[in-house]
Amino acid sequence: MVPISYHLILSAILFTIGVMGVLLRRNTIIIFMAVELMLNAVNLSFVAFARQLGSMDGQLIVFFVMAVAAAEAAVGLAIILSVFRNRETVNADELNLMRW
Amino acid sequence: MEHAHATVPTVVHAVSYLRFIVLFPLLGVLFNIFLGQRLGRKAVNYIAPGVVLLSFLFSFVAFLRLPEDGALVDTVWPWITSGSFHVDFALRVDPLSALMILVVTGVGFLIHVYSTGYMAHDEDVARYFAYLNLFTAAMLLLVLGENLLILFVGWEGVGLCSYLLIGFWYTDDEKASAGKKAFIVNRIGDAGFLLGLFLLFWSLGEKGVWTLSFSEIQAHASALSVETVTAICLLLFVGATGKSAQIPLYVWLPDAMAGPTPVSALIHAATMVTAGIYMIARLHFLYSMSTTALAVVAVVGASTALFAATIALVQTDIKKVLAYSTVSQLGYMFLGLGVGAYTAGVFHLMTHAFFKALLFLGAGSVIHGMSDEQDIRNMGGLKSKMPTTYGTFLVACLAIAGFPGLSGFFSKDLILEEAFVSEHGSWLLWLVGTVGAGMTAFYMFRLLFVTFWGETRASHEVASHIHESPVSMTCPLVVLAVLSLVGGYFTLLHFLSPVFGEPHEAPLPFLVKYLPTLVGMSGIGLAYQMYVRDPDMAERLGQQFSGLHQLLANKYYVDEMYDAVIVRPVAAASNWLWQVWDTLVIDGSVNGTAHWVEANGLLLRLWQTGNVQNYALSFLVGATVILGYYLW
Repeated sequence: MVPISYHLILSAILFTIGVMGVLLRRNTIIIFMAVELMLNAVNLSFVAFARQLGSMDGQLIVFFVMAVAAAEAAVGLAIILSVFRNRETVNADELNLMRW
Repeated sequence: MEHAHATVPTVVHAVSYLRFIVLFPLLGVLFNIFLGQRLGRKAVNYIAPGVVLLSFLFSFVAFLRLPEDGALVDTVWPWITSGSFHVDFALRVDPLSALMILVVTGVGFLIHVYSTGYMAHDEDVARYFAYLNLFTAAMLLLVLGENLLILFVGWEGVGLCSYLLIGFWYTDDEKASAGKKAFIVNRIGDAGFLLGLFLLFWSLGEKGVWTLSFSEIQAHASALSVETVTAICLLLFVGATGKSAQIPLYVWLPDAMAGPTPVSALIHAATMVTAGIYMIARLHFLYSMSTTALAVVAVVGASTALFAATIALVQTDIKKVLAYSTVSQLGYMFLGLGVGAYTAGVFHLMTHAFFKALLFLGAGSVIHGMSDEQDIRNMGGLKSKMPTTYGTFLVACLAIAGFPGLSGFFSKDLILEEAFVSEHGSWLLWLVGTVGAGMTAFYMFRLLFVTFWGETRASHEVASHIHESPVSMTCPLVVLAVLSLVGGYFTLLHFLSPVFGEPHEAPLPFLVKYLPTLVGMSGIGLAYQMYVRDPDMAERLGQQFSGLHQLLANKYYVDEMYDAVIVRPVAAASNWLWQVWDTLVIDGSVNGTAHWVEANGLLLRLWQTGNVQNYALSFLVGATVILGYYLW
């Protein structure tokens, strides 16, 4: 059986990639995907712990996260789409309408 | 005659109808404000005098039911309660206030009736009567108040109404500023009045008596030191000089003639200006304690009486002559009060209310008939065209000149006699008063002869319009003329004795008793000589003494002097405060604070890049720090 540390390390790597993607990329769609990646990194640790502890709680929460992520993806993509229609861009640096 | 120590009226009857005396005119105010314009002139003409008539009837009832040697008190509600100090909203009628409410409502009613005729061509009649009713209510509050606080409310109320009524025709700049002048000069006096009030309140409070009620002040006044009483009396007297137009604050009254003439009759002759007299008479027990205060009152009164009389000698505006005459007569009242002859002062107040109201209303009738002409040089020969006005005006002139048997004769003689024999009086005060009496007779008959006798000097157009006034105006004239004739026989000496104490009789030198009358008669004779028999004589004298004539015609340049010494420096100082202190310092510091906040805001907003990822980074750093803190 694969030790839990392997799963956790993979989860940390995925989460870090997600954070870096959010902070460094300028394309909102990529940022959005990086956010999804972070969610799934967390999901991975949930599942790993659930198996380790023999409890269903972690798996249950993963389902919640996936459901919320799906809803969030629908709303988020819709926002990005309408932003693109208005501004002809999805570059985060150019979306600074709320700035003073 | 000397007044014995006055006794505090001990018999107090609690009643509940005195409040209606004040309430009726107040209802009249509400009616005139809210319904007057809608229901029209006719309704206003009935309601406005009607409410004052109701007040008069209630006043008369109060007068009839006045207990011997006592007072009626109507406690409406407890007003202020703070520890052992409490003030009731209470009204009180004793002989002094009974007399005052009868004069205020009686003469006031006649003037209301007269106004319905005088203001018949004015658009704003509802507003006019609203002010007039409000004034009546305030004046009644002033004289009915059982304590100094209510008196002060009335005191301020009449001041306000005076301002409103003088500036009644507010579209005329000059009239509007005359109203302001009256208000501001009165405020100066009121400041002194308030200080006197505070001093009285605190110094009595230090003796353990926290009160403003007249009867309690009277009962405990002896606890105060003479110096304190002197200070209180002098401060209150400053208020009286403002309200009752004495030197140095008399300057507002002549300008107040800008208001409609019935207003001048009501406010600036018969009622409001007597507030100062009333106040001193009401607090006579304090003034009697301080010889200094009495002397100041007497000297100011006598000098005002003479000073204003000299100005009245040469004025050519019919109302200005009467205005200075009023100032002068008020001086006589203060002279009476100042020599401790309170009854004489109040007696003259009453007779003066009759004949001066009559004079003003007569002048109003003349102005009305002459198409708003006020300069007596353009009048003349009105005797045959306005017989009722002339007849009543003649009665009033005789009364004020002190013709034997008429009201003014009794009251003025009483004051002058008292000025001579009283322990507070002196022959000098008597002499000043007597000379003033001669001048009074002279300027009144000058006015009468120039206005009513001789040939008319009016333009042809005006002359063809001259007509006697309507009945609503002549009726009050006749009633007031009767009162001026017989007013001297309402002997107040006994009536007022519960308030002021019984007067003593004193032997009087023959000359002192008859000289004032003689001087008055010669004044009339001189006026007859100068303005009827030899009409050029006045002109000749005026040229011969042109310097003196100029000085008098320009009212001793007092207005100019006040303007240079007080008004301009105050205006300059205010301007400096505005330009430098307010604009630079106050606005500067306020704006400076705002600028400082703005500058800091500008710096701080550099943090707000608008870049989502910058925010996300700080979010990450924050999350890492918190996590690190807990894991460490």
